Amino acid sequence: MRRWFSHTSAAPPGCVEGTAAGGRRPRAVATVGLATGAEHPREAPLSIHDMTVAYQQRPVLWDVDYDAPEGSLVGIVGPNGAGKSTLLKAVLDLVPKASGRVMFYGQPYRRQRALVGYVPQRESIDWDFPVSALDVVLMGRYGRIGWFRPVTRAHRLAALDALARVGLADLARRQISQLSGGQQQRVFLARALAQEARVYLMDEPLASVDATTERTIIAILRELRDEGRTVLVVHHDLQTVPEYFDHVLLLNTRVVAHGPTARTFTAENLRKTYGGRLTLLEEAAHALAQRGGGAPA
Amino acid sequence: MFEFIENVARYPFLQHAVAAGLLASVACGVVGTYVVVRRITYIAGGIAHCVLGGIGIARYLNIEHGWTWLTPLGGATVAAIIAALLIGWVSLRAKEREDTIISALYAVGMATGVLFIQITTGMATDLQSYLFGNILLVTPQQIWMIGVLNAVIVGAGLLFYKQLLAVCFDEEFARLRGVPVELFYLLLLCLAALTVVLLSSVVGIILVIALLSLPAAVAGFFCRSLWQMMISATLLCTLFVIGGLWTGYSLNLLAGPTIIVWAGGSYLLVTAARAAGRLRRA
Ligand SMILES: Nc1ncnc2c1ncn2[C@@H]1O[C@H](COP(=O)(O)OP(=O)(O)OP(=O)(O)O)[C@@H](O)[C@H]1O
Ligand SMILES: [Mg+2]
Repeated sequence: MRRWFSHTSAAPPGCVEGTAAGGRRPRAVATVGLATGAEHPREAPLSIHDMTVAYQQRPVLWDVDYDAPEGSLVGIVGPNGAGKSTLLKAVLDLVPKASGRVMFYGQPYRRQRALVGYVPQRESIDWDFPVSALDVVLMGRYGRIGWFRPVTRAHRLAALDALARVGLADLARRQISQLSGGQQQRVFLARALAQEARVYLMDEPLASVDATTERTIIAILRELRDEGRTVLVVHHDLQTVPEYFDHVLLLNTRVVAHGPTARTFTAENLRKTYGGRLTLLEEAAHALAQRGGGAPA
Repeated sequence: MFEFIENVARYPFLQHAVAAGLLASVACGVVGTYVVVRRITYIAGGIAHCVLGGIGIARYLNIEHGWTWLTPLGGATVAAIIAALLIGWVSLRAKEREDTIISALYAVGMATGVLFIQITTGMATDLQSYLFGNILLVTPQQIWMIGVLNAVIVGAGLLFYKQLLAVCFDEEFARLRGVPVELFYLLLLCLAALTVVLLSSVVGIILVIALLSLPAAVAGFFCRSLWQMMISATLLCTLFVIGGLWTGYSLNLLAGPTIIVWAGGSYLLVTAARAAGRLRRA
């Protein structure tokens, strides 16, 4: 999975676009039990409606319907290859959707860029690049600074503040290649913080960090939630899910279940998420093949 | 060294050479840095070889058909931009064909150039100076053109600093922030193409790729940010050009190759020094 993932992210400009243009897209699908637009509160921070994503005609996400509750800390949970990273990327228009609609506060992503922060998985970066930790965090403020304006002191202070929040104030000047894996992870978290977004999407921010760092990061995520922001986090460690998240989204190609953790994070739902992986994929592939070749609806 | 400075003060042709070298160094520092950190020197190499085609065609039209307004530098610029856009388009739309296209352009560009040079009367003798540089023959008019090119390149490279940094460092992030990534990639290739044209008037098209990448590569060893790297690369490029001019002039050697030997020697020296430092620490 990792290899696939890094392949996408390290791909040259246009490669993703290339598959978008070249790959055959299934028509917009209407399903039984279709969720109508009315069921989605207009102002939800993130509203995913009927989204299907396929790589080379192989469905990776199938009919995803989900509204993130405002001001919540949501754990996205599912086995390797469940499509968690793909979900975040499709929502951010980084990979093409076969069908479906995604809204942030009632508007498509391209209108709401400033409000949405993203922390990628670590692989996609050229770590030898000559930038300091501070430079990377400053990039988070580019939208606010303006592309043609010089970086002012206020922005520099905001960036330093974000670095201090993740406990890296002392390493601001250090080149990113000279940071440990966990520190690098936190630099990218700080970049997202510096953006001051209202919705955060994070892809495994707790992977490969030590216990202390994990506590720091969780504290930050809670702060963000308490400030009224909505935070969606891909998370692998099932043990800590009930402790960390108020909501969960259980994902395995389809949404298996979602809702408040206490009610949703049950043994039964977990069994469905982790046990039935193959059957779900096959079902979806079969259905997609039928629709692709079938008569127009 | 002192004698060289005296001679520069005395002879206009040496002044012109120094002026052209200094101007080219600034573009080299700025664009060379982007090219090195984005790891696209091989693309710049492909563009460089297409430049010969442009020069050949321009000289042919100029001499055989009386298009007096078309200078070799103009032909080189047009050919470089076409090559950059062509390679850029292929690398955006069909990445898996990129190396094939670049290799083909390398050869076809050279071949076109050599053929047009062959059928143009009295041009065969110029071939060497196009291939290995003719900085000592730079005319004041060429310096003007170099100055204009330089202003365009450095202006664009600095004006779009943030976008280019974002695109080079983390393309996905740039895309999310709404930067038209493809457009800036093409812009970067065009800047690289113009810089190749500029530098090829100093060291010739065969050697240009070394002068574009080595100063930035040396600077990359000790710089922690992109703009530091640009300034250091500019200074290093100046050092190599002046150093090469001086030794070349004193020892009666071709300036272009001498400049490249300076650049390559420095790169080796720095690499060796770092390896030695690492050994001692270990
Ligand atoms: N660029 C790609 N081309 C083709 N298939 C891909 C690509 N990227 C991912 N996939 C496939 O899509 C599926 C979902 O991948 P994704 O990375 O979203 O999973 P994930 O849930 O994030 O897994 P992990 O827990 O390993 O991070 C996998 O089966 C993977 O093989
Ligand atoms: Mg993933």
